[in-house]
Amino acid sequence: MRLSGEELEVLSIVEENHRIPVEDIALMVNSSAEDVTAIIKKLEDEKVIVSYPALIDWSKVDGKENIVAMIDVKVQPKRGVGFDEVAERIYRFPEVTSLYLMSGAYDLSITIEGKSMSEIARFVSEKLSTIDNVISTTTHFMLKKYKHDGVIFGESNDKDRRMVVSP
Amino acid sequence: MMQEPQHYLSQMVQELKPSGIRRFFDLAASIKGVISLGVGEPDFITPWSIREAAILSLEEGYTSYTANPGLLELREEISFYLNRRFGVKYNPVDQVIVTAGASQAIDLTFRAILNPGDEVLIIEPAFVSYAPLVTLAGGKPIPVSTHPSNGFKLTPEQIENAVTSRTKAILLCSPNNPTGTYLNKEELTKLAAVIQKHDLLVVSDEIYAELTYDEEYTSFASIEGMYERTILINGFSKGFAMTGWRLGFLAAPTPFTEQMVKILQYTTMCAPHMLQHGAIEALRNTYHEVESMRRSYRRRRNYIVQSLNNLGLDCHTPGGAFYVFPSIKSTGMTSEQFAEELLLAEKVAVVPGSAFGESGEGYVRCSYATSLEQLQEAVKRIEKFMNSLKLKETQAEEQYTNN
Repeated sequence: MRLSGEELEVLSIVEENHRIPVEDIALMVNSSAEDVTAIIKKLEDEKVIVSYPALIDWSKVDGKENIVAMIDVKVQPKRGVGFDEVAERIYRFPEVTSLYLMSGAYDLSITIEGKSMSEIARFVSEKLSTIDNVISTTTHFMLKKYKHDGVIFGESNDKDRRMVVSP
Repeated sequence: MMQEPQHYLSQMVQELKPSGIRRFFDLAASIKGVISLGVGEPDFITPWSIREAAILSLEEGYTSYTANPGLLELREEISFYLNRRFGVKYNPVDQVIVTAGASQAIDLTFRAILNPGDEVLIIEPAFVSYAPLVTLAGGKPIPVSTHPSNGFKLTPEQIENAVTSRTKAILLCSPNNPTGTYLNKEELTKLAAVIQKHDLLVVSDEIYAELTYDEEYTSFASIEGMYERTILINGFSKGFAMTGWRLGFLAAPTPFTEQMVKILQYTTMCAPHMLQHGAIEALRNTYHEVESMRRSYRRRRNYIVQSLNNLGLDCHTPGGAFYVFPSIKSTGMTSEQFAEELLLAEKVAVVPGSAFGESGEGYVRCSYATSLEQLQEAVKRIEKFMNSLKLKETQAEEQYTNN
């Protein structure tokens, strides 16, 4: 779908921070709060805005540190539906947090989160590998998250070092 | 036995007024928890790939002098950039000079063109350095006031009224610091006619050229007939968020640059070698970052202009830079009073308009080069301050009626 300049501007502001009050977004795009609300509603209805999750650094929360693994999966595509059918079988598992079809050495890239390594091992051996058409899997455990969705995790060195007043 | 220190110091330097911003800086720096709208530089840190290029050049040992006007490779990139962005053609070999900030480029220009007593028109409100730089080069700065009624845009009549037989040049800065006022092609063309008529040189400070929000930028050198009489000043500070690098440049016809290179040769040799490598990267590969910073400023400009207007602090919508210049006349205070009281009462730092020349009185400069969260908080605090002023007014009135 084709969006107007104003709609694109609203999208880009919301993408950066969806908690900015509608009134302030309206000021930023030279529009009214009603118009901005209508734009956001429309974009939500059209599923252009899919959802509004917060980006949380769970590694900072005791007892909530998740184990994350990325799994490369080779799949035998199926006539008529290609990769879509097997992809659906996989993404329905709630522990799968992302799933992409890739070009290159393997077909699907899965991100999965679990409480422990054994939980993930169990998922791979019992659920994933046993799906028809899954040929092989390679599991990589994530050791540390530095940057996610364009946001840097942990302490940033980019402090405001400017003088308070300058010409 | 030595005499009083004054005896040994240059009269001219002693007579230079310290910048009006200085006092304010000291005051603001002494208070904790200040939200500053007083900063004249981007809040972005230089894009990483530019920083990385400079780091790499140090690792590779680029620590020598460069040619006086800068690395030819950088001048070629500048020449290409000026042509691509603004449609002006300069030969990188002898018409482009890399300087330590646009300020040095302006300094070189005045030193190269002014004879003692030559007058230079400085359009006010103006950046604080222009007039002192003219004075230091032996010239005489002539302030030309612009008017808020047309958003501080310079008009041909204002030039006419200020020109004398000694007028050598006019300094234009569009978009302007502190007003944010942008002069478009049509407006520049009208000015060009008067400039031509009086045979003036134009020192065009285009440091904010990358930061215009409503119209495409027009370089003064691209106005018909103006190329030969224009010294184009620009740099990396504002558009590329590289203020601390001190890297600017100028482009002008060869008769000017030839003389300027001599001055550069005898004063600074060249701009720092390793930083010039960062600038090459800036021009080659980071234009998308400039665009994204511009979009971000534009949003914040819209936000702050409307918010201030809603609070009863009238301001025009500035076409560029990252300043708004609201009128504080409704408060009955001078701009110094307003800035000082706002700082003490609500810890928001703005710069009094009077620091930028007489016609800035009654205004303050607010820089919106700070995060949206800070701007939101600043607006809240200014609102509180404005309400407290109104309260005082009503109380005074009541007291007056009771008596």
